[in-house]
Amino acid sequence: MTRAAQGVGLLRLAGGVALTMLAQAANAAYRVNFQEPATKIAQTVYDLHMMMMYICGVIFVGVFGVMFYSIVKHRKATGRVAATFHENTTVEILWTVIPTIILLAMVWPVTKTLISMRDATGADITIKATGYQWKWGYDYIKGEGEGIKFKSVLSTPREQIEGKSPKGENYLLEVDNHLVVPVGKKVRILTTAEDVIHAWYVPALAVKQDAVPGFIRDAAFRADREGTFRGQCAELCGKDHGFMPIVVDVVSAEKYSAWVAEQKTKMAAVADDPSKVWTLDELKTRGEVVYTQNCAACHQPTGKGLPPAFPALDGSKIATGPKDGHLGIVLNGKAGTAMAAFGKQLSDAEIAAVVTYERNAWGNKVGDMVQPSEVKALRK
Amino acid sequence: MNTATTANGHDVGHDAHEHHPKGVMRWIATTNHKDIGSMYLWFSFAMFLVGGCMALTIRSELFQPGLQIVQPEFFNQLTTLHGLIMVFGAIMPAFVGFANWMLPLQIGASDMAFGRMNNLSFWLLPPAALLLVGSMFVPGGAPAAGWTLYPPLTIQQGMGMDMAIFAIHILGISSIMGSINIITTIFNMRAPGMTLMKMPLFCWTWLVTAFLIIAVMPVFAGVVTMTLTDRHFGTSFFSAAGGGDPVLFQHIFWFFGHPEVYIVIIPGFGVVSQVISTFSRKPLFGYASMVYAVAAIGVLSFTVWAHHMYTTGMPVTAQLYFMYATMFIAVPTGVKIFNWTATMWRGSLSFETPMLFAIGFIFLFTVGGFSGLVLAMVVVDVQMQDTYYVVAHFHYTMVAGALFSAFAGAYYWLPKWTGHMYNEKLGQVHFWLSFVFFNMTFFVQHFLGIAGMPRRIPDYALQFADFNQISTVGAFGFGLSQLLFLYNVITCIKGGPKAPAKPWDGAEGLEWDVPSPAPYHTWEVQPIVK
Repeated sequence: MTRAAQGVGLLRLAGGVALTMLAQAANAAYRVNFQEPATKIAQTVYDLHMMMMYICGVIFVGVFGVMFYSIVKHRKATGRVAATFHENTTVEILWTVIPTIILLAMVWPVTKTLISMRDATGADITIKATGYQWKWGYDYIKGEGEGIKFKSVLSTPREQIEGKSPKGENYLLEVDNHLVVPVGKKVRILTTAEDVIHAWYVPALAVKQDAVPGFIRDAAFRADREGTFRGQCAELCGKDHGFMPIVVDVVSAEKYSAWVAEQKTKMAAVADDPSKVWTLDELKTRGEVVYTQNCAACHQPTGKGLPPAFPALDGSKIATGPKDGHLGIVLNGKAGTAMAAFGKQLSDAEIAAVVTYERNAWGNKVGDMVQPSEVKALRK
Repeated sequence: MNTATTANGHDVGHDAHEHHPKGVMRWIATTNHKDIGSMYLWFSFAMFLVGGCMALTIRSELFQPGLQIVQPEFFNQLTTLHGLIMVFGAIMPAFVGFANWMLPLQIGASDMAFGRMNNLSFWLLPPAALLLVGSMFVPGGAPAAGWTLYPPLTIQQGMGMDMAIFAIHILGISSIMGSINIITTIFNMRAPGMTLMKMPLFCWTWLVTAFLIIAVMPVFAGVVTMTLTDRHFGTSFFSAAGGGDPVLFQHIFWFFGHPEVYIVIIPGFGVVSQVISTFSRKPLFGYASMVYAVAAIGVLSFTVWAHHMYTTGMPVTAQLYFMYATMFIAVPTGVKIFNWTATMWRGSLSFETPMLFAIGFIFLFTVGGFSGLVLAMVVVDVQMQDTYYVVAHFHYTMVAGALFSAFAGAYYWLPKWTGHMYNEKLGQVHFWLSFVFFNMTFFVQHFLGIAGMPRRIPDYALQFADFNQISTVGAFGFGLSQLLFLYNVITCIKGGPKAPAKPWDGAEGLEWDVPSPAPYHTWEVQPIVK
């Protein structure tokens, strides 16, 4: 095959690929730009990005226009003799100074947007988002809804992930408890983490803020339309980093007030009476729920774990040994491993229930139980 | 400018002097820069295949939503090792291999300054590689915290993490020794008349790179040692509970890490500069400004590290500083692109494989440069940070940048190394397949990132499925295309048309004054450069 024929063949191939991709781009699944912005800042970011794309595009076409002109016209094959010039101070100064000016022109509007993006003062509602391996916890700490707190865990069933049942529309982007905020109000998100670094990321709100254990960071957004916006943890945080999404419902002021009222009643209803004495069956039933939400990701629903990183609980010395040792590790975690200190995350009743469950589930048949009062006594 | 001649008319053909141990001892005991250069190149290609297999496993898992092939924990181990192996096992040793082979030839030196240290700096690599790869087989598996090794996740890892830390120590010692050798050779062993500003650009880029390595590898060794003491000896540099700060690690890491990305790419600039000039049959445009640009990039690379950390929660003033500083790196980088274009302008161009890879490099590296500019803008980066956009960006600079320039250099100097011409047609097929499949793999990842797909996840939401599928198919095409290169190199070593001393009519430099293949000992009598 001649070189020309090769070239034509390659062009045809490239054209074919380009056509196929264009055809597929018509399909909505091929999103090639940001998600629909839901805040003014997100819209500005969208526009700034487009501006940069245009500027870069023009420079790209300019530079490579020149280069491809050379490639076509200045070929040895056409008998050309090379020129000998190898410097030109004027040109070299020009192409140092002009790009500097272009860059400054690009960066100036970004500077202004950045300053307003980072301004988290004057918030109507302040919510603390805590990253855990692997879920989010939300505490409404100021503004309407103050006092509401809940955990937000992936709700996509295991069978869908393992391919045993068809995947739903919001596969991996769905949680049991949505974060709910009112439209048009400035929401300040304080991020922190319990174990490793996570990042709270919702593209449509143009918020991404690392959640650093032991520190508080903040970010703010003011949603200008109602809707459900989905994001994910954006900082590698271990095994289930890909499985701790964020779902934010932006609702009208009325709906928000209704939601707050509903949450308050719900919280009052489920609050455990601290002096209640539980039966073994009550503890086991409650414990299974707690286990599924907090423990099963590592230790597995079967209790077999994923050794050696995540040991089995079924038949383990700790889960079948003395109660205090078992309680201690659940409360305080184990340094140097992924075992977190759940004392800070779970209530006395939840810890009592989950420990009781682990001692009496699968092949474990210790038969004893832990009351919330015992957990309380052990807490330092 | 680089019109060097062997003015003393000394006979440069010394084949008779090849007295060295035979068999395996030749390679273990060698102090010859050509032997060591070859070992570096073979080692890096082997690691390139190992790291590539990991990448293909990652891409296979990402072919469709759901978990099919690997579990999340192992997936994280693969992404971590893929990064560490490709950066420290494949790309860096490849360019040290080029430096070993070509620097003495290009400056008219008989060998590297410290032969035994040169030997040791190569032979430290295999144990480091064994530690890295071997960590997959110990309890707890390989480190799974990403190649950036951010704590506190690193504190949770098994002993594989400690193996990686020791591997990094060893690799650091090796690179530092290699750099000392390169700097000493360049400063002390240039042929008479070979002033610094007459050196081929490849020597200049390596000189700057060697200083960067010496400056930052100790920083990296230090920060992983702090991780080690946090893990085992009760310190809490990176734990808030003990008065430390996890983000401190990121500052120290990226103070190493940003110069590191230039360590990876700058020698490639040198290769590309020489290849473009050779196949344009025209001297490099703006030689002096190229040298200044490389030096400026080297210096500026120390001042921009926190642009990798815009979302960690630094003050807005710090974000502004790092954004402006990062923008300024675009200026010298732009100068290089313009100079290459001006070198080609009104030249007499031909398009052998090295030239194709060099043009492919400029074209795609510019794409990576533009996406870098986009990422430098803090507010846009907030959307892109830790998404596939970043993955696409750095693969445009690492693969289409560093790797393509390494291919350009390999094809360019293969005739000198082996004494045979490689198969030109096969080389061009290798280029075009690499070019098409590279873009198929990584261009679509820009779209994934913009739409919000985080990096380092083993499973993803349904709207990301189509582009991931395209990317995986591209990755397999790209991976398989590299076997053509291996085949071409092996057949070129075994035979093929005899290469003249100077196979490229536009080439300049002392390396073309010695016969092909370059004899075991060259420039025992230094040439005089006019």
